[in-house]
Amino acid sequence: MIPEFGHFALIIGFVLAIILAVVPAWGAWRRNSRAMALAPGLSIGLLVFVGISFACLSIAFLQDDFSVQVVAANSNSLLPPIYKFSAVWGNHEGSLLLWALILSLWTAAVAVFSAQLPLLVLARVLSVMGAIGVGFLSFLLLTSNPFARLLPGTPADGNDLNPLLQDPGLIIHPPLLYMGYVGFSVAFAFAIAALLGGRLDASWARWSRPWTNVAWAFLTLGIMLGSWWAYYELGWGGWWFWDPVENASFMPWLAGTALIHSLAATEKRGLFKSWTVLLAIFAFSLSLLGTFLVRSGVLTSVHAFATDPARGLFILVFLLLVVGGSLTLYALRAPSVTSRVSFEWISRESLILCNNVVFLVATITVLFGTLFPLIMDALGGGKYSVGPPYFNAVFVPLMALLIPFMGIGPVARWKRDSVRRWQSELAVPAIVAVLCGFTLPLLNAEYNLWVALASVLSAWLLLGLLRDLWYRVKSAPSLAAGLRRISASYWGMFVAHLGFAACVIGVVATSQYNIEHDLKMSPGDTEVLAGYEFRFVELAQVRGPNFVADEARFEVSRDGEIIARLAPQKRRYLASGQVMTEAAIGAGLFRDLYVAMGEPIGSDGAWAMRLHYKPMVRWMWLGAILIAFGAFTTVFDKRYRRLRKQAVAGASGEALHGA
Amino acid sequence: MAPRLKLFLPLILFVAMAAFLFRGLSLDPQALPSALIDQPLPEFSLPVLGQEQLIQRSDLLGEVALLNVWATWCVSCRVEHPYLLQIAQDGVPIYGLNYKDDDAAAARWLTQLGDPYRANIADREGSLGLDLGVYGAPETYLLDAAGVVRYRHVGVVDERVWQTILQPLYLELTGEGSGG
Repeated sequence: MIPEFGHFALIIGFVLAIILAVVPAWGAWRRNSRAMALAPGLSIGLLVFVGISFACLSIAFLQDDFSVQVVAANSNSLLPPIYKFSAVWGNHEGSLLLWALILSLWTAAVAVFSAQLPLLVLARVLSVMGAIGVGFLSFLLLTSNPFARLLPGTPADGNDLNPLLQDPGLIIHPPLLYMGYVGFSVAFAFAIAALLGGRLDASWARWSRPWTNVAWAFLTLGIMLGSWWAYYELGWGGWWFWDPVENASFMPWLAGTALIHSLAATEKRGLFKSWTVLLAIFAFSLSLLGTFLVRSGVLTSVHAFATDPARGLFILVFLLLVVGGSLTLYALRAPSVTSRVSFEWISRESLILCNNVVFLVATITVLFGTLFPLIMDALGGGKYSVGPPYFNAVFVPLMALLIPFMGIGPVARWKRDSVRRWQSELAVPAIVAVLCGFTLPLLNAEYNLWVALASVLSAWLLLGLLRDLWYRVKSAPSLAAGLRRISASYWGMFVAHLGFAACVIGVVATSQYNIEHDLKMSPGDTEVLAGYEFRFVELAQVRGPNFVADEARFEVSRDGEIIARLAPQKRRYLASGQVMTEAAIGAGLFRDLYVAMGEPIGSDGAWAMRLHYKPMVRWMWLGAILIAFGAFTTVFDKRYRRLRKQAVAGASGEALHGA
Repeated sequence: MAPRLKLFLPLILFVAMAAFLFRGLSLDPQALPSALIDQPLPEFSLPVLGQEQLIQRSDLLGEVALLNVWATWCVSCRVEHPYLLQIAQDGVPIYGLNYKDDDAAAARWLTQLGDPYRANIADREGSLGLDLGVYGAPETYLLDAAGVVRYRHVGVVDERVWQTILQPLYLELTGEGSGG
């Protein structure tokens, strides 16, 4: 019965979403405050019922109810309970339900935390979110029912979860990624509400900014986890492949990065209003496009879901309605007059403009590369695949171009600044950065030009930030007082930019200094790699809950001292018969030691082994965590709390402003 | 009016993109251009991987075989490799088409990971791949004894693909072979 309860709860959620999409929007149009006031309650009801539905599906997985189709196809009685739970979103239907759950979570969060917004704005925002909910819930109910049963003909056991997905990283990767994807729907809803109301002002930017930053932070974490997972689970030490599905998550991130910076200019200076609205629409549209690409089967990818053209058509129609509708609204309502606020070329505004141009070009580059095979195929130009060389060739110079401006950004003043001031502020950082570029690569045996460049750029970022921090602190009576005076949003920017510098260092150092040995090893053999001695001690057979494995036990020593014991495995999963490589990693802040098993060679216990020395690879993920942490921090800025009080005071403002 | 018209630009671009997406729905990226199904494998004469001698179309004839397109740069090839070793051990002849790859890297791959292939065609420039309509690795073609392409699979060959798609066709073709 539980799956039927889940299905029923989903239908109730669908009905609530329809009411939420229609009634408060109608109320906002007719200025009927009773209708508008229904929005928060409906939002919470939506969360409750979608939540019940999700809980029911989780129970079906945890109880091994193989009469439910998705459970039979994606779980197994031997699967450890935590993976039974994560198997809920390891398939198309369940992950879509997770998407719907997270959407209702964000909707309810807006209802709760933005209760002080003018009712008119809140009603419009929640209605837009409700309309998106209608789209996703009808997609679930009409094309992808997660509660479909296999009756009669219930299998005795399930097919098992894809072994690649049986991994701790994959338990939280999809929820975080979806928190990001779907979180952009809030920025989108605020943008649409502002267009509907005809008021694009600083207060709109201030309302949507914390939401956008949080969503972007989640997306950053989600992408980071995906990359980390690929690194240790796929068994060949790569961490980014420019696969269409990776690109699908990366494009909203790139557009979102442009958006959070452009929102800053809109909030502080009332600039780039139409542009910011357009970016908000882009960021969410790219999230939807990602869904379309992953689930429609128009592109092949290593991690595409089982695909179905009917689903593809549904999402495409939905995409047309949402994106086409919002862009039409934009074309009709966005202010076409150039804003009266002006700025000079030497100012923080133009640096934000640089950021926006770079990230927009990056987004379009990735979008074009991802869709190119499809476009050529549609034009009858043949089958193509676009690989890492294209993306790297465009992406690396773009990022290198970005950083010099990024270093000036925090120091620069709004509206009008002077080159001379920049020179005096940044001369020392510039000189020190160049010195770093010459000296830092010397720490390694071979001098590398790319590492030198990365060192210059990262040092420039870091020193620019420190210079600015010093500038802000020095007038305070004491260092502690000065540091306390700095706002949460400044700290957020500081930490996030620092994280970006760490990422740059990590990416470049690991790509340039990576050492990789592929060789045949028998128990007792040793191999020396970058000063580390890898000794293959013994080969063992181990048994896991749902797999059997050959395990190679390694001792890694440096200067005669054992510093790590690594035990890579070659697993054979019992239910599916799939063979998986489980790499073993000795992690460190400055280097990772990575061992993966290839294939057995001969019958005397010799194996093909892959040994990696990966310097500073962690910096990339630590950097991403810092970026996300920074973005979360901005939300605690005092001015958002002050804003609530102001909003209460001016709540009736727009009602008078009228249609 | 001109500034207002400019605001329609994003909409126009999006509609153009949506048209491609719609067209994409009716195209199957995994489908072989129909011209090659049940058509003979194109003629070629290319070096054998790691050797001086050349391999030709005629060398692949005589029995039902798989032609597997792979490369060391290919992410998914590594995933399917252990399974190819397994079916090769079961006696299925597999020829490799080492596609746009570096010979030394490919040879290293085979010594380390094992070699399921009868022989490997070194298609460094991708010319045979072009004739075949390869659009990415891995791809696997099922050839009959007369060298006619009977099936093309795009993507990883794993247990499921082999048992549900390729093996039935393979058995059917080998059954024909022994019958006639």
